[in-house]
Amino acid sequence: MKCSDCFQQLSNYLDGEIDAGLKRELEEHLGKCHRCQVVFDSARKTIELYCDGKLFELPSGVRDRLHAALRRRWEEAAR
Amino acid sequence: MAESPQVALKDDFALVAEAKAGSYAAFDELVNRHEKKIYRLGLNLTGNPADAEDVLQEAFLKAFVHLPDFREDSRFYTWLVRIAVNEGLMKLRKRRSDKSVPIEDSVDEEGDVMPREFADWKPNPEEQYAQAEIEEILRNAAQTLSPAFRTVFLLRDVEGLSTQETADMVGISEGAVKARLFRARLQLREELSKVFKRG
Repeated sequence: MKCSDCFQQLSNYLDGEIDAGLKRELEEHLGKCHRCQVVFDSARKTIELYCDGKLFELPSGVRDRLHAALRRRWEEAAR
Repeated sequence: MAESPQVALKDDFALVAEAKAGSYAAFDELVNRHEKKIYRLGLNLTGNPADAEDVLQEAFLKAFVHLPDFREDSRFYTWLVRIAVNEGLMKLRKRRSDKSVPIEDSVDEEGDVMPREFADWKPNPEEQYAQAEIEEILRNAAQTLSPAFRTVFLLRDVEGLSTQETADMVGISEGAVKARLFRARLQLREELSKVFKRG
């Protein structure tokens, strides 16, 4: 497998949408090719970072204003 | 408002039913459950904390107003994400000088994209930067994507929507979702590699 063919399968591999034969071939290539291994590992890490629940905390002021606005709207609707 | 343990144990489906019947506690619990993720979505989509707060407020206010019309043929969270994405994209459109140009104008799904950065990353970058610092790095990297690619990446990889759900929400084919996701992932990886590579 060439590196360019390997890259084209990046998304299919990360999503588990790759057939068993191609997956075997790709993993064999990744085992031998450090550059491709770096690309695949860092692409996976990229997704993990964006999904990390510890990041992008809701600032407390934002939360307070949201709940106050919703409470106000709820009370208006109840009148 | 203090959260009642009974409400906290219920699933979204039950909470939606109770909120529709007039329970504020049930609606409040739905907000508590999803507010952080909707804020994160708004922040990644718009790249701006003030806009993200507007997206958050508008999404929940609209969810409240339209709750009686929610037919429950999708998960509550998916419905909420759809509202938030629409709000976020409206914000982006308002920023453009020519408002007649649609968000989709610059989408290029064709042509080869090849990685250029091959250096190993530092291990666990999330532990090597302050939280605010890494949030800014991720937010800035997301802003290098076109809104069309950014939206697909956020819906598929961060919000966990399926390819079909994303295609329906954005109004494109499943093939186009896959093509955009592939390019978005590679581009974000390139951007983050500039910061996280060793040496």
